[in-house]
Amino acid sequence: MKAPLKWLRDYVDITLPAAEIARRLTMAGHEVKDMEVTGSDWEGVVVGQIMEIKPHPNADRLTLPTVDLGAGQETVVCGAPNLRVGDKIAFARVGAQILDPATGKLARLTPSKIRGVVSSGMVCSERELGISDNHQGIMVLPPDAPVGMPLAGYLGDTILDLDITPNRPDCLSITGLAREIAALTGQSFRSPDTGYEEAGPEIGRQVSVTIADPALCPRYCASLVNGVTVAPSPPWMQARLRACGMRPINNVVDITNYVMLEYGQPLHAFDYDKLGGKVIIRPAREGETLVTLDGEERTLSADMLVIADEGRAVALAGVMGGASTEVTGGTTSILLESASFYPASIHHTSQKLLLGSEASARFERGISAGVSGSALRRATRLLVELAGGKASQGIIDNYPGRAEIAPIPLSAGEIKRILGVELALEEIAGALSSLGFDCKADGTELKVAAPYWRSDIRLTVDLVEEVARVTGYDRIPMTMLSQPIPRHDPDPLIALRQQVRQGLACYGFQEVVTFSLVGRATLERLAAEPRPLEPEPLRVTNPMTADQEYLRPNLRGNLLLALSANRRHESGGMKLFELGKVYLPREKMLPAEPYALCGILSGARTERTWLTGDQPVDFFDAKGVVEGIFARLGIEAGFEPGEDEGLHPARQAGIVVAGERVGVLGEAHPKVLHAFEIGEPVYLFEVDISALLPHAAAIKTFQPLPRFPGTFRDVALLVDAGTSYRQLYDIIKGFPLVSQVALFDLFTGGPVPEGKKSMAYRIIFRAPDHTLTDAEVDEVQRQVLGRLEKELGAVQR
Amino acid sequence: MPCLLVDSSSIDPFTMMTYNPSMLQELEELRAGALRELQGIRDLKEMEAWRVRYLGKKSRLTQVLRGLASLSVEERKTTGALANEIKRQLEESLSHREHTLREAHLAARAGESVDITLPGRPCPVGRLHPLTQTIEEICGIFATMGFQVAEGPDVEWDYYNFEALNIPEEHPARDVMSTSWIDYQADGKRPMLLRTHTTSVTARTLERLEPPIRVIEPGRVYRYEASDATHVPMFHQIDGVAVDKGITMADLKGALYEFARRFFGADRRVRFRCDYFPFVEPGVEMAIECAVCHGDGCRLCGNSGWIEVLGAGMTHPRVLERGGIDPQVYGSFAFGIGIDRLPMLRYGIDDVRLFYGSDLRFLRQF
Repeated sequence: MKAPLKWLRDYVDITLPAAEIARRLTMAGHEVKDMEVTGSDWEGVVVGQIMEIKPHPNADRLTLPTVDLGAGQETVVCGAPNLRVGDKIAFARVGAQILDPATGKLARLTPSKIRGVVSSGMVCSERELGISDNHQGIMVLPPDAPVGMPLAGYLGDTILDLDITPNRPDCLSITGLAREIAALTGQSFRSPDTGYEEAGPEIGRQVSVTIADPALCPRYCASLVNGVTVAPSPPWMQARLRACGMRPINNVVDITNYVMLEYGQPLHAFDYDKLGGKVIIRPAREGETLVTLDGEERTLSADMLVIADEGRAVALAGVMGGASTEVTGGTTSILLESASFYPASIHHTSQKLLLGSEASARFERGISAGVSGSALRRATRLLVELAGGKASQGIIDNYPGRAEIAPIPLSAGEIKRILGVELALEEIAGALSSLGFDCKADGTELKVAAPYWRSDIRLTVDLVEEVARVTGYDRIPMTMLSQPIPRHDPDPLIALRQQVRQGLACYGFQEVVTFSLVGRATLERLAAEPRPLEPEPLRVTNPMTADQEYLRPNLRGNLLLALSANRRHESGGMKLFELGKVYLPREKMLPAEPYALCGILSGARTERTWLTGDQPVDFFDAKGVVEGIFARLGIEAGFEPGEDEGLHPARQAGIVVAGERVGVLGEAHPKVLHAFEIGEPVYLFEVDISALLPHAAAIKTFQPLPRFPGTFRDVALLVDAGTSYRQLYDIIKGFPLVSQVALFDLFTGGPVPEGKKSMAYRIIFRAPDHTLTDAEVDEVQRQVLGRLEKELGAVQR
Repeated sequence: MPCLLVDSSSIDPFTMMTYNPSMLQELEELRAGALRELQGIRDLKEMEAWRVRYLGKKSRLTQVLRGLASLSVEERKTTGALANEIKRQLEESLSHREHTLREAHLAARAGESVDITLPGRPCPVGRLHPLTQTIEEICGIFATMGFQVAEGPDVEWDYYNFEALNIPEEHPARDVMSTSWIDYQADGKRPMLLRTHTTSVTARTLERLEPPIRVIEPGRVYRYEASDATHVPMFHQIDGVAVDKGITMADLKGALYEFARRFFGADRRVRFRCDYFPFVEPGVEMAIECAVCHGDGCRLCGNSGWIEVLGAGMTHPRVLERGGIDPQVYGSFAFGIGIDRLPMLRYGIDDVRLFYGSDLRFLRQF
């Protein structure tokens, strides 16, 4: 909402600097985003009056006007066709900055000789002053313009640009803001002049209004003005409309817009002669058509509200007028409408037809029906005054939706209870009264009635806010919560996630945060062979782009995209992870949103330095990370062959906790990598973190430290190549007195026969109650080797 | 030189020592040999071996000293005196030699310098995302004021995102928060959407918990908006709500000021102004003084001198009622903080999309 200060001054005395006004409005809830000072670049331009016009001796099209500038006169060369003696004009002195219409750039005016006559100054067009694109002739100022006054002082202004919150449609208007300024600066508000001479016949004899459904149209006011002349509106009105961002059209349309800006109430002018005297506000008939003012033929449906005559729809209520009753150059009788429509209905119609207007936007926000009457009178007055019309006697005011609202009680105690500040009842009443509220003292409380223009006041707390914002939020002290701290029941999943994140950061992983919405293509690329997405992921009905269409069922796609994108500017080792929600559809319920972890590794394990080489990462880097994370959490994880379609079939493992599959790890399938334009092996792991929660030990149990030393033996075993580490491990570890088993060497080839491999284990033996003797250890080792040989054919090398 | 008979009865079964007439001479030789050897010793390990050899339990000298009892008084005197003297001398020499060696060793090591400017053996350096760091920091600040963390679903029912928050259908506030809807066959009239604010979690919290309540609710939120430097279709918020008897707007100001003071520092002024959110009344916007211009107005703060940080207010009575809480009995405030803006302000990040682009050149800076 743009509000020129000069316009506001019509209705409230502004005694403070503009910046202070802006600050107070902002603090009170109407944020002033910007302040534009117009005319500040009109330095050296003053109001002048043309005293005489002489022809140019050497050019027919040019004239030599003499301009009175108050202190002195100037004669210049002018090419404008509309010069008239006596007119007030804007005169740019030498040195003034004006817009050069030829180049569109600001230029400093210098004396110049035109066809042999020296011209020291210039009579300006609107274009040259940057007011509009009009360069047809010079700009003629109103007759009351004071000669000699700097133009900036006369036409310049400060325009506030405000963000009006949705609860205050009344402040989308000059009067609304003037009322706020009055309350915030201790001034009084002056209402616009709405009086006019009712010279015509009684309106009731010429116009009838029928409202079919009062719920959709609680109030409909109309006036009739005959004998108007459609012409441009006066410059001051055009200037104000322009300052507010509206384009002047003609006096009738401009008046409706001007009053809309003044009151917040959209108005519509019908050509009465085209409309006739019967106005019906009714739902549209299904399939009924209407050509709106923009020339489009619209097909309507029964859930839209129209203004109609006896036969046809003539306007789309609250949204746009119809072409058939449009005010044109030849219009002489105006039926002026000022009505209140149900916001939701207007919103619905505007959405359905994809047709929005300034009026519909205002109706959607809900304008108080109380404003319709005064806005109508104001506009009628301006029509009479500026378009030369004769107003009929009286107005139509059909107001079936009038609602009596009971006064709201408010006590000083309630103010204290909510705001935490003590205010006297008089101060409370004073604050509310300054905003136009009617306060009646009733014992220790007030009975408060909201003014008719306020549609947002319903509850006591609404009044509390009014008091707080007028007295100032700074009046409220700052205190710390003093009540006992509520019982604390932390969500263990949050701590678990923190632990996992920190673990991964320790292992050198960079956390990323990616969008929850992904493209179908990304998801489809995750399977090595094309197959339908199963289950079908949740889809957004109105995706902004194709890559923001589906709720991610996994994190893998986004991480591969992240890797691929980073590879464009970075080689070397890369370790990324994300820990976030995935979204799994469920029947008739919100989706499951478990927290998932996905980490990916590619490139070198460590950077190549003078101390370290740059071997590439492999499967066991990924597995090591998973083992490390589980060890930190105190969860025992097992690994079993996996069958993930996005991973290399022979280099992947399912991660199992207590018999339940909680994740997967492995090498990304080469076809998948190809689809993501990644040209190197990538290892990844995925873990359902939410599923770990039941297994994460909340309280760890203490094991006493061993009291007796352990003894180790290293054994190298020759086994079939297909024998797994785990098979040997389980047998060895199963023996009593064996406390730890570690594989420290694994190789094939060389001295190892074909089809075999050599595995070297270090076994640590320990008894809880004594130091083991060599003989005891030898005996256990003998038994271990015996079992290994018997069950796995392992031979000691 | 006394001459003694060898008598089998005088053989000490432990020391195997017999009296030997040349014992004194042997001791002298032992002394000379030991001292000579000691001079040749170059390291501590050799020195320990020397100590064991000449002064250890099984050394000749110890044997001699232990065998003294079996000798005659006269012999005991001479041999004992000599043996003890040698022992003391060897101990002193050992200690002296040890000292000399250590000094020499240290002196030698002093020369073995490393190029301390060489880079160290690389350690893996991983980092948490700046948004994660910010969320943890904010949760930490509010935790000290007794707030605990709660979470809610990203995919929400219309009810918790709008209805329960005093935003019925056709409310103008719905247009401001352009919503992404979920393609879902609703049997009844329960549209599913991507929550537009974490205030939906507040609606759930009020329904789930009995007062007193102090909860903060971080999470992802979604808007149907095209991306640019200040907009992304998904970003992060943290909502909070406190409910108890006697909670006032003064408590709201106090709690939020405390947050601002700790997050931005005590030197930044804080401003509370009236603003509108359907789920609070009175509504509050908190802004902090612009760090660049200190309130004078500059490009960063849009010439206002202030930077909006959060929206808040006293929880609307209808919202409390929906949660089964009597607004006449309980006071309550609520707030919502846009998380992404905070590290942007703190670090001077000019494009919100950087948070979601996974660019390591960006992420490694935090």
